[in-house]
Parts: sequence; C-alpha cells; structure tokens
Amino acid sequence: MGLLSKKDAKLILDPLTDDNPITIQVLGICSALAITAQLKPSIVMAVSVIFVLGIGNVVISLMRNIIPSKIRIIVQLIVVATLVIIVDQVLKAFAYELSKELSVFIGLIITNCIIMGRFEAFALGNGPWRSFLDGVGNALGYGVILVVVGFFRELLGSGTLFGFKVLGDPITKTGLYAIGYENNGFMVLPPMALIVVGIIIWVQRSRNKALIEEN
Amino acid sequence: MGLKQSLHKMKMKYEGTKMAPAFNAIHTFLYLPNETTHNGTHVKVADDLKRTMNMVIMALVPCLLFGIFNAGYQYNLQTGEVTKALSFFSTEFWNFSNFSIGAWKVLPLVIVSYGVGLLVEFIFAVIKGHEVEEGYLVTGMLVPLIVPVDIPLWMLSVAVVFGVVIGKEVFGGTGMNILNPALTIRAFLFFAYPTWMSGDKVWVTGAVDTVGQPDAISGETILGSLAQNKGFADWSMMDQFLGFIPGSVGETSKLLIIVGALILILSKIGSWRIILSTLVGALSMGLIFNGVVEMGWIDESSKFFGLMNVVFWQHLFIGSILFGAVYMATDPVTASQTNKGKWIYGFLIGFISIMIRVFNPAYPEGVFLAILLMNVFAPTIDHYVVEGNIKKRAKRLKVKTA
Repeated sequence: MGLLSKKDAKLILDPLTDDNPITIQVLGICSALAITAQLKPSIVMAVSVIFVLGIGNVVISLMRNIIPSKIRIIVQLIVVATLVIIVDQVLKAFAYELSKELSVFIGLIITNCIIMGRFEAFALGNGPWRSFLDGVGNALGYGVILVVVGFFRELLGSGTLFGFKVLGDPITKTGLYAIGYENNGFMVLPPMALIVVGIIIWVQRSRNKALIEEN
Repeated sequence: MGLKQSLHKMKMKYEGTKMAPAFNAIHTFLYLPNETTHNGTHVKVADDLKRTMNMVIMALVPCLLFGIFNAGYQYNLQTGEVTKALSFFSTEFWNFSNFSIGAWKVLPLVIVSYGVGLLVEFIFAVIKGHEVEEGYLVTGMLVPLIVPVDIPLWMLSVAVVFGVVIGKEVFGGTGMNILNPALTIRAFLFFAYPTWMSGDKVWVTGAVDTVGQPDAISGETILGSLAQNKGFADWSMMDQFLGFIPGSVGETSKLLIIVGALILILSKIGSWRIILSTLVGALSMGLIFNGVVEMGWIDESSKFFGLMNVVFWQHLFIGSILFGAVYMATDPVTASQTNKGKWIYGFLIGFISIMIRVFNPAYPEGVFLAILLMNVFAPTIDHYVVEGNIKKRAKRLKVKTA
C-alpha cells in the first residue's frame, strides 16, 4: 500500500473484516434482507451506498466545524437525502427496470443506520480525506456482505447469476435439473437472507474468537 | 469376554482423543456407562435422556409400521390391486403387496433421516468436543412420518442438515433449541420445495409420475379436497379414524396415535395437559367456525365454506392435528415448562392450527406452523406465568404481615 499510509489503509480494510458494519455492528440489516434475492440489485445497492457514504462523509467532514451541534442530525439528514435523490434520479434515468425492482429501498438508504452512524462517529471528528476512506471502507464492507448473500440466494433460489441460467434450465430440464435438482424456494424469501447473514456471522466468529462477546 | 467388557476396555483407549465423543455415543447407546458419581447426591433412576427418547420412539413405531402399509395400500387401492379395507384388521390392508411397496418407499426415508442427522450430530460433537446428544433419536424418527411419501431423498437430506444445524446446533445442541427440529425440517421443506410438500399430487406414491396419464393416480388429501369445497371425497369417518387415508407417512391413523399418546402419558413422558389443551383449542376454534356458518355470515360460494362447515369434532380426524398434539407439541424442550403455561401453550396451538387450516388455502395444514409459532412464544408464556405467581405470593405475604 504505497498510496495509503498504514493508518489510512486500516480505515478501508477494517470494515471489510473484523469491523464489518453488517456482521459485527449488525447495522443496515433491513436492506440486506430486502434486496439480496438477486445479485444485480445487491451490487447496485452496494454501489449506491458507496457513493452516498463516500461523498456524504466528505461533505459532513468539511462542514464539521460550522454545524451547530444542536441541529447536526437535521443537517446530516439533508446531506444524505440530497445524495440519495441524486442516486435515485440517475437510476430512474439510466436503469429504469432496476430502479423499479429496488423500489423504495433506494429511498430508504436515508434511514440506513450505517450512514448516520459513520457521520456521527467519524466524519464529525476527522478530516475530509480520512472521512472519505472511512466512508468508502464501511460501504464496501456493507457491499461485500450484500454481494455474498445475493450470490448464494440467487444461485440456490433461482439457479441463475445476473439472470444467466448457470445451473441449466428448470423448465426444459437441462444441466443439473436433468438429474432431479430443484430450486430452493426458501432462498428467495427474506427469512433466508437473515439465516444466510447469520451463517456468515457464525463463520466469522468461529474463525476469530476475539469477536465473541463475553456474557 | 463379552461385548460389554471389550467396550469398556476400548473406552480407555479412546479416552481424551478426538473421537471419544463418537465412541461414547455408541457405548452408552448399547449399555449403561461404567461411570459412577463419587460425591454429592446419589439419585438412582433408570430413565435418563436416552431411555426417555427410546420410549418416544416405541410410541412412534406403530405409526411407522402403519405408515408403511398405508403407503402401499393407497397405491394399490388406486391401481385396483386391493379393494377398500372395511375393518382395522382387514387383509386388504395388512398384506405383503402393500408392505413391500410401502417399505420400498418409507424405509429409505427413515435411513436417510437417521444417517444424515446422526452424521451431522457426530461431526458437531467431534468438533466441539462434547458428547453426542440423544436429541436426534426422536427427531430422526419423526421426520419420515411427517413428510409426503414421494419426497426426493436429496431434498430430505438438505432439509435434515438445515434443521439440525440451524434449528438445533447453533443454539447449543439438544436441550437448548428454541424450535422443534423435526418441524424445522418440515418447514424448510415446505417453503423450499412447495411442489413436493403440498397440493394434490404428492400424498400417494406414484401420483407425481403419472400426472396427465389416463391411469393417473390422485394424491389428494381430505384437507385438500375440503379446501376446494369438494367435501370429504369418498372417505368415511371410519377410514379417517383408522387411518386408511392419504396423508403424510405416519399421521393418518388416529387410532394408533391415541395408542401412542397413552404410552407417552402413562410413562409420564408426554404432558397430558398439552395434549388435552391442544385438542380443546382446536375444538373451540372449530366451534367458532361452525357458529359463523350457523349464523349465515358466509354462504356456499365462499372459499372458506368447505372447511368452516366441517363439524367441529371432525377437525380432529382430518389432517395432522392429533399427531402434532401428541408427538410435536409435547416436546419437553420447546414447550412451556410451567403447568399453567402448558394449558395456554397447548390451547393456542390448537386454536391457531384450525385457524390457519381454514383461512389459508395455500397452507391446507397449519399444525406445524402453529406449533413452531408457539415454540417461539413458550418462554414468554412461562415468564408471565412465573411473574404472576411471584406477584400473587408477594401479595399474600403483605396481607400476612399487615
């Protein structure tokens, strides 16, 4: 990492693993359950959040010394809302089908706890460059989980990836379907997303015992 | 030197190794372990967890045997091989042809259920270094009894792995689970592969393969035809009571379930409070629906009419409410623990089962959903029962001291 100092690199890498917003901090679960039935919306959602959180963190960080602390939540909300509307409009203009599929969940990025959490916990107390890295890192950590969950749910639930029939055709019975394989309808339902996220948390904690809380 | 001695000797060799839990499981399954407690209270009882589990399995064996014959009987009945059995000991039912067809279908289910389930348990025991727990002995027996006879074996294996890992092991193994593992397995199958778990083609063996052919086999259950306002088809009350009807493998014979219930109640393994209150709950919901029909609030054009119009006590003879009440709701781990809690828990299971059955034609049998739901609420019920008791006693104390 010649580009980034060790401390800065940590800002990006930590949220990907041991400080992941979804699996460790358990934030942003709602959208992770709602839009991960397929891979494509998961990726679009991840990219949107990277954009919103990266830029938002920079904006808040630049304004951090002039925001009166009493109204900071309102200011933060306005910043997120503006960015989310930009994302929403871009999607509506260039990927209408997708934006219909994601429907209300793009709008709901505003209420994603990860974003407000990073504004409060990091951007208000750090410079723009570090805030940018922190924002991108956390959004990436969120995105990685979304993509992993989306991958398994689409593969096992619909037998496709990005809409391509990778396991064969369930109707004409080719590929795996020829030997009696069937799609797992449970995977498409939201409860299964919760279970997949749970399994990821389980695997992560059994690999790194330091993450297990004492009770 | 007998088997017992050599096992005891082998135990020394395995002591402390990774495979010790796996070995101990086999050892204690066959014989009483040669360990004695050295201090503290000595309570001598023979019915440890393993014996308790075995008792439940004994109570399930009649249902399994009947299920094997019934699987073949339903098939032969439709192909015209046998005629309708009129009494319980009819040779139209208890014959070799029925048995061989049924055994060919049902025994693989039993073997897969036990094989996969115990394998998962062994793996977890070896990784975590604890003893293999007995919980799966009953689950493994229940699973083949609550699935349609034609369910593909690979689906069953996937579901068993899911049920044991997610339903039980993640919570800490036997005794720590919130949900009944057997029902978790069924719920998984139901939501993952709905075409194999519901509808009118899966309940009689061979029905799926003959769809559309002139000699097609119908796999419709009574509940299914009632949900479509088609009445009881031509199944008599006696058929339903004795169990000569299509359905999941082991749940059809109400007579044998009652026998099983008696075994469980007399050996004090199953709680009679739960069984009784479940039935009371089901009857009261049935009565309410009968009342709705009586008042003329719905007429025959309603899609709920068929099931609402069923005389309330007949609800106990169709579907699996009786099987659920006796073998599933009474699971001591997932049920309520307090006596008052048991009444509430059971009542709500029966009540909700019939409600789901009538109101949701997509889920013609709601018993397993109702039990899973109440499993989740059981600790809450217990909590409030205990709190209530504490409050009552605290009040009494106040009165006395005042």
